[in-house]
Formats: sequence, C-alpha cells, structure tokens
Amino acid sequence: MSTLEIKDLHVSIDTEQGSKEILKGVSLTIKTGETHAIMGPNGSGKSTLASTIAGHPRYNVTSGTITLDGDDVLAMSVDKRARAGLFLAMQYPVEVPGVSMTNFLRTAKTAIEGEAPSLRHWTKDVKAAMANLKIDPEFASRNVNEGFSGGEKKRVEILQLELFKPKFAVLDETDSGLDVDALKVVADGVNRAAEGSEMGTMLITHYTRILRYIKPDFVHVFVDGRIAEQGGPDLADRLEEEGYDRFLPVGA
Amino acid sequence: MTDTATETTGKESRYGVPAIAGFTEEGENLSPLNEDSSPLGGDASKAHSHGGGAGVPDSSRAGRLTSYKLEDFKALTGREEDWRFTPLKRLGGLHKKAPTGAAPTLATELSDGATLETVGMDDARVGSAGIPEDRVSANGWNAAAEASVLTIGANAEDVKATLTYTGAGMEASAQHLVVVAEPNSRGLVVIDHVGSAVLIENIEFDVQEGAELTVVSVQAWEDDAIHAGSQQAKVGENAKIKHIVVTFGGDLVRLTPSARFAGTGAKVEMFGLYFADPGQHLEHRLFVDHSTPHCTSNVLYKGALQGKDAHTVWVGDVLIRAAAEGTDSYEANRNLVLTDGSRADSVPNLEIETGNIAGAGHASTTGRFDDEHLFYLQSRGIDEKTARRLVVRGFLNEVIQQIGVEELQERLNETVEAELAATDN
Ligand SMILES: Nc1ncnc2c1ncn2[C@@H]1O[C@H](COP(=O)(O)OP(=O)(O)OP(=O)(O)O)[C@@H](O)[C@H]1O
Ligand SMILES: [Mg+2]
Repeated sequence: MSTLEIKDLHVSIDTEQGSKEILKGVSLTIKTGETHAIMGPNGSGKSTLASTIAGHPRYNVTSGTITLDGDDVLAMSVDKRARAGLFLAMQYPVEVPGVSMTNFLRTAKTAIEGEAPSLRHWTKDVKAAMANLKIDPEFASRNVNEGFSGGEKKRVEILQLELFKPKFAVLDETDSGLDVDALKVVADGVNRAAEGSEMGTMLITHYTRILRYIKPDFVHVFVDGRIAEQGGPDLADRLEEEGYDRFLPVGA
Repeated sequence: MTDTATETTGKESRYGVPAIAGFTEEGENLSPLNEDSSPLGGDASKAHSHGGGAGVPDSSRAGRLTSYKLEDFKALTGREEDWRFTPLKRLGGLHKKAPTGAAPTLATELSDGATLETVGMDDARVGSAGIPEDRVSANGWNAAAEASVLTIGANAEDVKATLTYTGAGMEASAQHLVVVAEPNSRGLVVIDHVGSAVLIENIEFDVQEGAELTVVSVQAWEDDAIHAGSQQAKVGENAKIKHIVVTFGGDLVRLTPSARFAGTGAKVEMFGLYFADPGQHLEHRLFVDHSTPHCTSNVLYKGALQGKDAHTVWVGDVLIRAAAEGTDSYEANRNLVLTDGSRADSVPNLEIETGNIAGAGHASTTGRFDDEHLFYLQSRGIDEKTARRLVVRGFLNEVIQQIGVEELQERLNETVEAELAATDN
C-alpha cells in the first residue's frame, strides 16, 4: 500500500500584480485503494492543487509538503513524479504538435517502466484499451490531442491512465464536457484502472453524476484554497442540493 | 516584437473550382514585417494583398522578370518583393560584385547510366531548363566559367548520382549544373553541399518525356557559408520530378526552387526540411508554374527553429495559368518554433487564372513548442530532452521519410539529433 500525503500546502502564483496565494493550507492524505472526491466552487483552487502535485512550473509552493510513501515529491522533477507513480488527467489536455499518439504512448510507457514494453503485447494492450474507451483506432496515428474534441481529449487521458497504471491518479474534471454515454465509458475506465492496479484516486468534479459510477470513499469541500469540510459520499448529495453558500463568507 | 511570428497559427484551405475565373487566393502572412505599410511592404505587396488579380502585373508571379543578362536586373535595395526578407548585408556581396573565386570542388559517385561532362557556358544544354529569375542568379550565370552536365541516359533504370560540392573558402564564386534526365529514365541525384563557401549556384533539371527524377539537395555547410541557389526544373510530358531540399548549415542560405511544365500529365513534388539555429537565415522561395493542362504539383516544406535570431523564410508561389486546365495543386509549409527569439515567416501565394481545375489549396502553420507541451510530456514521465526530441523528430519525419534513401535518412536523423543536442544545455 502507498500513501500520498499533502500537509499544510501553501501555493502562490506570480501575477502581474505580484504574487497571489491560491492554496492556503491544504492537508489531505490518500491511500491506494481509496477514492477522494473534491468538490468546490470555480476558482477555489482545485486545479491549482492538481497541477501542484504534478509539478507545473507556474505554481510556487511557499510552504508545506507533499510526500509519496515518505519521499519528497516537491523535490522531484515533473517527469520523475510521473515515474514515481503520479498521474494527472488534466482539465484541459494539451495538444502536442508533431508527435503521434502511438509514438507518445510508447515513449511514455518506456519512461515510466524504465524499459521498452514488448512490442507485441503493447500494441495489443493499446488496441484493447482504445476499444474499451470507444476511441477510434485511427486516433493512434494522429498527433497527441491535436484537433481532438473536448470529450475525446478526456477519453485519451483515461486511456493513458489505464496504460500507465499509476499509483495515484488525480482526475481534474474528467467528467466535464462528456456526454452521458461517454461519462459511463470513462468511469468504467477509471474503475478498471483502480481495480487492476492498486490505485488511489483524487477526483475533482462539479457534478455528483460521476460519483454514481465512481464511488468515493471521502468527499472534500474545497473553498478559497482550503478544505472547508470533509465527509462521506452523502456529503456530495448534500452539496448538490444546498450549493456552497454555507461555506462562503457572509455577504460574498 | 516578433511575437506574431511565433504564435500558433493555422490556416488551411482547399478549393475545388473557384467561383470566378481569375480569382486570386492570397496566402496568409505570418510576419509583422509583411504588414508594415512602408517601406518593406511596398506598393506591389499592397496591391497583392487586395487579391482579385485585376491588372496588377507586378503583383502576379507571371510578371516577374527573367533574363540571362545581368544588366536587365536593377541593383537590389532589399525592398523588392522577392528580397524583402533577405538581409542583403549578409549576402557576401553576391548581389553586387561578380564572383571570381574558385568554385567548390566537385566529387562524384556515379552509377551506370549516369555521365558527367564539363562544358562551356555556350553549350546548348545550358539554359535549356532554366533562366535567372533574379539579379543574384544572373550574376552567377554570367560569372560561371563552365558548367557541369549530368546526364541520365534514356530508359536507364535505378541510376544514382551523388555530387558533393566542398567549399574551400570565403571567396565569392559561382557554379552551374545541368541535370538532364533523358526520356523514360529513372534516376536519383543527391547534391551535397559541405565546407565553407560564398556561392551563387544555378542548377537546371531538364526532366524529359516520361522520365522520373528524384533530387535531394542537402545544404550541410559550415556555419559561415553563404549560399544563393536557384534550382529550376522543366518537366516534360508525363514526366515527374521529386525535388527534396534539406537545409541546416550555413550562415545564410537562400534557395529558389522552381518548376515549369513542358507537357501535359507531368507531376511535380517538392519537399523541404530546414532546421535553423541561432543567427541562421534560411530562406526558401518556391515557384510552381502551371502552364499546361492536367499536371499536378504537391509541395510540403517543414522547418524547425531554435535560438536567438534563427530566421526562416518560406514563400510558395503557385501560379495556375489560364491554359492549365485540370491542374491539381497543393502546397503547405509548417514551422515549429522551439524557443523564444526565433522567427518563421511563411507566405503561401496561390494565383488561379482558370476556373477549370481539379483542385488547388494551400496551408501554412507555425506552431510553438512551449512550456505547456513540455509539461504535458513530462507529466507522462518523459524527460525534457526526450520530449524535445520526440516533438522535433516527429515533426520532421514526414519529410525525411520522403527521401527514400536510407543512408541519407540516417544521416539526417543524426543531424537532427546533433542540432537538438546543441541546445540541450
Ligand atoms: N495567471 C493567473 N493570474 C491570476 N490569477 C490566476 C492565474 N491563474 C490562476 N489564477 C487564479 O487562481 C484561482 C484558482 O484557480 P483554479 O484553476 O485552481 O480553480 P478551480 O478550483 O480549478 O476552478 P474551476 O472549478 O473553475 O476549474 C482562480 O481564482 C484563478 O483566477
Ligand atoms: Mg479547475
């Protein structure tokens, strides 16, 4: 079993007006096998937390720690974090010119595993995973995310999740922009990844719909750069009914 | 600022039959330089950008002066439509003085079916497929003492010729080469440029009836070389030329490959690959002149740029004349900007004078490899060096694959590696 531990994390970004604090002391521990849902209003810092875990250079950690089984994640380069078993399914996956999906997937798998996968098995695995996620096989020869629709990009993120088998997956609004069928397809993919390999999941979402397919063990309410409340799956239903009003400062 | 030149922009279009005969499709212009009213975007370019092609002779590629006589060309100011991107100061005087130095030495490797002769400039084959299109080319034509003529014999198959030009110094020189692909021959000609030189080069390709000629011109010069090259093809009935340009060496390289059709059913493919490092100016100006019916042309040039003041220019003129019914033509230029401070200019120009064509289109994109691309790839475990390599190799591979000569492809892959390694630190 592995543990991803975030302790009193403070993160700021450089803006034109100077440094701005976005995360104001986040603490959260995720163990493999657990699913944590994170919900919260727009701009509360959910993507900031996700990107900080992945190591995006825009985010400056001013204090606090992130550790993976005791190892200092913040000291690792972005690629090293991925090789250590962290995976971020991005809210807005990036289009990479000139690199075919096939080439990209193989290169990434090789980097993560430390050796090239056996070509025969790998090709089979990729095909099967694509079929499961109802991704047109033709996508394999297209450039990474280039010209993919919003929903297609999300599926391709989950394709990678299934193929790379991380210890911890952070899914940043993977459900946004998916149609009803795609939501089910993607949720099945996440569940397969969670079952197949022992995986811990941080699921950032605005909607309880996906939580019907991916059952959270814990729900965290994120407000203004902090976790304002934690609870079980029922907290999500309550949020859906009541909104975030009671967490927001009076008069805001 | 040169920002607009490095933004990700895209433009694609493909036309079947244009609505109006004489319709001119204006290419996208990615350079702020081009948008400047004066002095760099003078009257000609303004008239040009209005399109319509209505009686603006000097805006049409058809109106460009060609002549064997140097004195027919005016002295260059740098404001001419076809010189406005070229830093004349770095041209080593090739536009001013007659080049009198010794031309690069030529080493050849010829298979059966290929013969090489050295002839006087009065030989009938000189000028059979080309005519200077600018002052520099005419200057070289006038100054060349002799020409090499490479002939691929009629009906010969699998002919291969490698011509390696090694520049020996920085004294301005001129050289002339004529490649004759006789009827129904099949040949591959590799023209390799290495060493240091200040050179005006005129190359003619006479691709005769039913012949298929593949040309690979590699500009692998030392860092200081200056090279102004005209490469013109005349393509006969049912003949085909595949012309591939690979440019990565030299301080300033300016090539003007062009293709003209001398019969119906001819086919032209032009591929190019360039890789510009800090301070390099690599310019490619193409011209495909469709003047006969039922010919096809396909152009794809791809370039990568890295470092401060790496500058590439690509201009693709495609002219489909009234007589060129049934033409099918496509041209594309794609650039990948790897670092800040580099600049890619890309200008496709498509002029269509007949409504009766099979298709004509153009595309121009300049993409940027930026921190977000890098982050995405790294977040999948790929280290920075590998990420950069992945992107550049993938991008250039489309053109490298076209070469079809394994040793050469390998050499180019190695070159790309070396170029990338240069910025690793
Ligand atoms: N470059 C920037 N300049 C100024 N503010 C920024 C910048 N980047 C992010 N922010 C701010 O940081 C805050 C947190 O953004 P973040 O994307 O983490 O929110 P989120 O919770 O993911 O929102 P959403 O639900 O809309 O995805 C927002 O208020 C956002 O405006
Ligand atoms: Mg977000």
